[in-house]
Amino acid sequence: MSEIAFPAPDRDILARRDAIVAGLRGVLPANCVIEKLDERRAFETDALTAYRRVPLAVVLPRTTEEVSAVMAYLHAQGVPVTPRGAGTSLSGGAIPQEDSVVVCVAKMNRVLEVDFANRVARVEAGVTNLAISNAVVHEGFFYAPDPSSQLACSIGGNIGMNSGGAHCLKYGVTTNNLLGVRLVLGDGTIVDLGGAALDAPDYDLLALVCGAEGQLGIVTEATVRILRAAEGARPVLFGFPSSEAAGAAVAAIVGEGIIPVAMEFMDAPAIKICEDFAHAGYPLDVEAMLIIEVEGSEAEMEAELDKIIAIAKRHGVTVIKESKSAMETALIWKGRKSAFGATGRVADYICMDGTVPTGQLPYVLRRTAEIVASHGLRVANVFHAGDGNMHPLILYNVNDPAEQRKAEEAGADILKLCVEAGGCLTGEHGVGIEKRDLMGFQFSKADLDQQMRVRQAFDPAWLLNPAKVFPLDARG
Amino acid sequence: MMTHTPRSEAEAASVIADAAARRAPLSIMGAGTKRGLGRFTQTQDVLSSAAITGITLHEPAELVIAARAGTPLAEIERKLAEDRQRLPFEPMDYRPLLGTTGEPTIGGVAATNLSGPRRIKAGACRDSFLGARFVNGRGEAVKSGGRVMKNVTGLDLTRLMAGAFGTLGFLTEVTFKVVPLPETEATLIIDGLSDRRGIEALSAGLGSPFEVTGAAHLPAGLGEAKARTLLRLEGFESAVSYRAKALAEALRDFGKAQVLDAQLPDTYVLDARESEKLWREVRDVTFLASPGDTAIWRISVAPTKAPALTETLGPKLSARWFHDWGGGLVWLSCGAQGDAGAALVHEAARSAGGHALLVRAPDAVRAAVDVFQPQPEAITKLTRAIKASFDPSGVLEPGRIHAGA
Repeated sequence: MSEIAFPAPDRDILARRDAIVAGLRGVLPANCVIEKLDERRAFETDALTAYRRVPLAVVLPRTTEEVSAVMAYLHAQGVPVTPRGAGTSLSGGAIPQEDSVVVCVAKMNRVLEVDFANRVARVEAGVTNLAISNAVVHEGFFYAPDPSSQLACSIGGNIGMNSGGAHCLKYGVTTNNLLGVRLVLGDGTIVDLGGAALDAPDYDLLALVCGAEGQLGIVTEATVRILRAAEGARPVLFGFPSSEAAGAAVAAIVGEGIIPVAMEFMDAPAIKICEDFAHAGYPLDVEAMLIIEVEGSEAEMEAELDKIIAIAKRHGVTVIKESKSAMETALIWKGRKSAFGATGRVADYICMDGTVPTGQLPYVLRRTAEIVASHGLRVANVFHAGDGNMHPLILYNVNDPAEQRKAEEAGADILKLCVEAGGCLTGEHGVGIEKRDLMGFQFSKADLDQQMRVRQAFDPAWLLNPAKVFPLDARG
Repeated sequence: MMTHTPRSEAEAASVIADAAARRAPLSIMGAGTKRGLGRFTQTQDVLSSAAITGITLHEPAELVIAARAGTPLAEIERKLAEDRQRLPFEPMDYRPLLGTTGEPTIGGVAATNLSGPRRIKAGACRDSFLGARFVNGRGEAVKSGGRVMKNVTGLDLTRLMAGAFGTLGFLTEVTFKVVPLPETEATLIIDGLSDRRGIEALSAGLGSPFEVTGAAHLPAGLGEAKARTLLRLEGFESAVSYRAKALAEALRDFGKAQVLDAQLPDTYVLDARESEKLWREVRDVTFLASPGDTAIWRISVAPTKAPALTETLGPKLSARWFHDWGGGLVWLSCGAQGDAGAALVHEAARSAGGHALLVRAPDAVRAAVDVFQPQPEAITKLTRAIKASFDPSGVLEPGRIHAGA
């Protein structure tokens, strides 16, 4: 695998830069248009920091109408658009190109309406994931999808990538918790899809938009489901002598009809990295650890835990550690949710996101270790075991181009392995630029052509986040 | 009229390619039990999945099942029950309402996004729909999604297929997430509440931590003389009995309730057998099935908008109705004469921020009125472009959703 390619910038657009910036100033207030080079650099990448391109300009509209005006203008000018929420994409979904204008929804960060009787919240796209839960927690409610970046990431970005999180084993991912969006199409047209009702007529356009990585339009508002939290929740740490034993325990728990609210897996390298960072009390003398969280009343949690503990014992569990307080619970989750950041303190890494059938986990873990070792690199595994969504973190040195190539090659081999094992390239991070050129391993030409024709039904000129998702050479 | 019943995806692809070449439209069908849903259309030829059958994958420990589209739903449910599992979304059976016979297929369930009372907790059919194989209107076999729970690889064409009524593709294989069967269930009933008060009780129950999996309000005269407000609980035996008590306590303010439980003399709880029976009636709308010559509307709005909607429509249409989905799903029966209430119902649904579907009416009515909620021009434009991207010759179920699309 060679370095990820970007399309060659359109020289004509680059040459018209001053006029385009002036045009943007014509439809937006001055403080909503960023054009100085050093300020534009702040938007040159996202969380896939190995790749960066400085955009033509950046706009920060404050309303749907301003987004519409910007889109209509850029559409008329034939200028590509890179939609952006908080810029936390791990797959490069928000990385611009030199001839694109970044349309960032960060200023649209209001919670517009909270409706407990109907259990929905209407928010602007720039609101952070956690802010939605914070807006409803006083009534005991929460917004369920909880990506590890939830403190920073925006709901607009979550919708773009159909983000998941640790608790989606029970509560589902973004698409299962989204009821409606206000969407600005490429030409500036504003449409409302869905709403506060539990379904919508006609084609499920909402499902298309969720996970479309900003290629069908720019989401400016979302109506999401909010849920009443359980009476209590308690995570328990289970240490196992091998990854296989932990994987088999996961399958057995589900097989016995128990769906805990979360089942998170860490291998020994990941446990050490996270424990050094969070001091959560993770066991350091085990090869694999599961964080299993149960919910309900005290009696319900006890009953469910008894069943889980009995299963874990049959699979050779060596350490069982129950959270005894809210502070311990917070630390346990802090350790897990900081896994990527904590790893970043130790080494540079690329984070893979393939999903495999849970029965394949032991095999895929073993092969992953072999693949990474064959490239002379190290790997730490931390992932959502209950749904088979793996996150191998391949450690390397970003200042060593040869090592970066090796890490990317190992990553590509792991993703191919996931597809061969019956899974997919990405479970919750999105394709972005990172996995774009691997799409042919999962999909046939007919599959991809159909997806691209649907994409073109929304954006015939390929102006919306055009370098992403679909292999550059596959486009008709 | 000719009915094609291909035995494989490849045979189906050649039927569709041939139809596209001749621009000869096809009706898309499983067993035909829901043929009366949607606009009335007539085509020369029918393409049926009835001979494309068989469960292709069931991994109980991975909570997944896949089957060819023509597989009877009953066969899937039987197979899952052997492993104490089920489909999460409680697909309704339209046969009582539509007066049809035959065995509904899993492909038909997917194509109509068939979801029952558990939608409020477990999501709709589309939420559990993980992967699909289908043949588009160009005669090309296409796959989307897969067999894993978390998958954001490419555009979500799988969910787009749910509820498209075969107008975008002829489904050949579908993959669904499944869930464990609960150990037991129970239903808490509060008697005698008005629609408005009943829906408030449902909102309170759904806003409680007790995981209500069914929330319906049956006005007086449906099944029983008194109005009944129903809240279902499912799970392990100990959890259900605890939650039933806790929920009754939380809803104490909603007044007179009757009881079996001596602890709380104002509430009554149906046991598992009675609860199952009652929710099957809610799911299948059997309360409104007869007389069989009325029109039936399915109206979806936010729950708090529903009482005003039925207060308006009820007297104007001399209608009978009940509420599922916490109040937000209104099943309404009215006279089938004229436009069967289409103008009034669509306007009421629109102004409440929702939509309405005419699910039962004579063919002539379904040919003449808007069966689905009319959409704004910008959405219609997208819908047409999407349809053309799958089916440029317009051979898959043209007109089933909207005239000319």
